[in-house]
Amino acid sequence: MKILIVGGGMGGTILANNLARRLHGELKSGKARIVMLSASDRHMYQPGLLYVAVGRMTPDELYRDQASLLEPGIEFHVDPVTEFHFAKNHVTTQSGKTCDYDVLVIATGSRAMMTSIPGLAENAETFYTEETAVKMFKALRSFEGGRVVVTVGVPHKCPMAPLEITFMLHDYFKDRGMGDKVQIHYTYPIGRVHSLENVAKWAAPEFDRLGITYETLFNMKEVDGANKVLKSEEGSEAKYDLLIAIPAHKGMEVVEKAGFQNGWVPTNRTNLHMDGEHGKNVLVLGDTTNLPISKAGSTAHFEAEVVAENLAAVVKMGVPVRDYDGKVFCFIQAGKERATYASFNYTTPPSPQPPTRAVHWFKTAYNKLYWASARGLL
Amino acid sequence: MAKKVIDARGSFCPGPLMELIAGVKAADVGDELEVLSTDKGSATDIPEWVKKVGHEVVGTKEENGVWHVFIRKAK
Repeated sequence: MKILIVGGGMGGTILANNLARRLHGELKSGKARIVMLSASDRHMYQPGLLYVAVGRMTPDELYRDQASLLEPGIEFHVDPVTEFHFAKNHVTTQSGKTCDYDVLVIATGSRAMMTSIPGLAENAETFYTEETAVKMFKALRSFEGGRVVVTVGVPHKCPMAPLEITFMLHDYFKDRGMGDKVQIHYTYPIGRVHSLENVAKWAAPEFDRLGITYETLFNMKEVDGANKVLKSEEGSEAKYDLLIAIPAHKGMEVVEKAGFQNGWVPTNRTNLHMDGEHGKNVLVLGDTTNLPISKAGSTAHFEAEVVAENLAAVVKMGVPVRDYDGKVFCFIQAGKERATYASFNYTTPPSPQPPTRAVHWFKTAYNKLYWASARGLL
Repeated sequence: MAKKVIDARGSFCPGPLMELIAGVKAADVGDELEVLSTDKGSATDIPEWVKKVGHEVVGTKEENGVWHVFIRKAK
């Protein structure tokens, strides 16, 4: 059985490694093959961009060579897919090759769309790429005071990012002795400060305590850069001196080109197969799905474990063994020295505890332990 | 005009309203969207947002613990 994994991010990498260990004998005997096609020879720890944006990590700390993360036996190629041909069980790649498969796993991720709102790309800072995170930090360094507005589009990668960057900005300016010169204003699309009700119940009083103002039911419509005003779909306006955006995301262009609206692949919520007639041998992981769950590394991680276990079971005994239960785990960095976390699935909401230094240090350790996760060891 | 179902059952994060907001953006004016939610709060918070933005609430019903909220994109 030839298993083709498209995408070398967190989901694809964990899947490949977990599967390679489960299928060690089959890979050796030639009964199974694992092929990975990726757009890059480097692997980025994406959550680290938050720290780069506030000067707490440098970009070089976020990367490892992708090949160094993969188990022996995985056939890795830097050759991004340009077209999916589901009816023919093959893909075509940038180099012009055709790659066939018995089972295809799509784990191509998502991209921040600063161009989704008129005026946003020209007037706002963001931190979803190395380049933009560094640019944002330089903007913070040169900011002399005024009103900082944090604004949020949907859907976005990392549901905790809006809160985390707001708390980090508060601590950044406080540390620079600018607390009295900077007013932070937070906006959020729905009627509370976070989608998770229990997280919102904790975060709103924290904002009040820190003097962070907020407006809910605020969805970006356009940015008037000349007058430094952000306008919402709901008809309100927010004046800013520095605008920080968590922009709406889309799936990757190649997925959009395959006919999936906004690049999200309709996916079965428990077996993670692509919906439709060609879904029998196509699975989808992480941000790429259209599932109503968080676009987060942990989602991709837990989905990858389920898919690995199932594919290995199919190779060994012809049937899958597990369902995905919607499990997500998110750290919440509540400023530079405290953190908490939220853990939930399709049926059980999270119940986050007050932030502590201990969880912060665990998160700090995880920033390094991530590489063990990517190798499928943790 | 298209009809689209947004299956947000079991969604705590981003949640049914966030799923709808993304769905409305991707829809055309006149399209009808049906949100499925297992959160009874959706029966009030979705209509609240829809009215505030200026779209149309077509109806709401509950069946076997699942709330169905129907809206039309008006602008």
